[in-house]
Amino acid sequence: MDIEWSAHGIAIVGAGVMGVGIAALAVGRGLPVVLVDVAEDRTRRAPDAVHRQVRTAQLLGRLPRDAALGELTTSTSVAQVAGAGAVIEAVTEVPEVKAKVLAEISGAVGPGTLLTSNTSAIPIQELAAATARPAELVGTHFMNPPYLIHAVEVVRGPDTGDAAMATLESLFAILDRQAIVVGDGPGFVSNRILMWVINDAARLVQEGRAAPKDVDDIFVGCFGHRTGPLATADLIGLDSVVDTLRVLFDRTGDDGYRTCRELVSKVQEGHFGRKTGRGFYEYGESMS
Amino acid sequence: MTASDGQLATEAAATDPVAERLLRFLADRTKIEYTTDEDLFARGGISSLFAMELVLHLEQQFGVAVPGPELTMDNFRTVQAMAALVRRLQGGEPNSS
Repeated sequence: MDIEWSAHGIAIVGAGVMGVGIAALAVGRGLPVVLVDVAEDRTRRAPDAVHRQVRTAQLLGRLPRDAALGELTTSTSVAQVAGAGAVIEAVTEVPEVKAKVLAEISGAVGPGTLLTSNTSAIPIQELAAATARPAELVGTHFMNPPYLIHAVEVVRGPDTGDAAMATLESLFAILDRQAIVVGDGPGFVSNRILMWVINDAARLVQEGRAAPKDVDDIFVGCFGHRTGPLATADLIGLDSVVDTLRVLFDRTGDDGYRTCRELVSKVQEGHFGRKTGRGFYEYGESMS
Repeated sequence: MTASDGQLATEAAATDPVAERLLRFLADRTKIEYTTDEDLFARGGISSLFAMELVLHLEQQFGVAVPGPELTMDNFRTVQAMAALVRRLQGGEPNSS
């Protein structure tokens, strides 16, 4: 289906770290965006956060500096997604919450509207069951921050149709994003591997075998990675890491995904990583 | 840049109040003493994401708005470049690019 993206734009449901970041990417590429969240304080803060992220991306040369920005509209009502060319769900990584929100979105948009979930681990087939038209759901696992990271893990569920994949391809051409299409399953490719590593890295810290920096330095200094697993966990958000590990453990029974005490205690103490200013590392002021 | 070049650049900052304030801000935030012509990102004390803080600092402290076309890393790479940007946005200096 051909969509005039500059007219229809996209809607994003969930104005947390990822929803705001995806909104910045779309706005910076000139697409009108409707950003929905049930929490009014989030919709109130979102425009400033989106604007700042667009400017950061422009500064780093990752979004055009001269192009007209898309209009950003915020709302607390899911009904406002009607009319969008595509709807991206980016609410918290809790299966019941995502299923409920996807069902609401699916009821608010017409047939043929691309629906994507920014889940980081929940199988698309499972989420598709909550929608009216499972063929229209695709997994789009953007990485944080979406306006800087070019590649996106795209998950095609067993029910996902060709039309939905074609519409996504057209949207990604506008957003200048590279889709890496993988098959469905808990954690897909990225988090099936990464969450296991983060959990074990945190367990090493818990056991007193290595300080966080030493764990990360092994990955950076020895393996040549740009960041280590614990700095990556701080960037993702330790609350999201714990949610994702729970999703993986519940679906695989693999003890490697059983959340270690070190992660649980940090989250209980409110230390979520960069977004709260403290996680495995100290960041000073909150960077959200 | 030689040490004496850096010294000269720092002395020059004493006559440039914008550069002087920026040097003070950087020393306060990073605990590193920079010279006005030093590449701030080369030494590793400042990340590219911190550059956005520099943008906001300039806007708040000097009452300017940095428009999209001026949002380039080169404008924030040295204290000299930032001071020139401030003067340009305040209408005192033509765009050198």
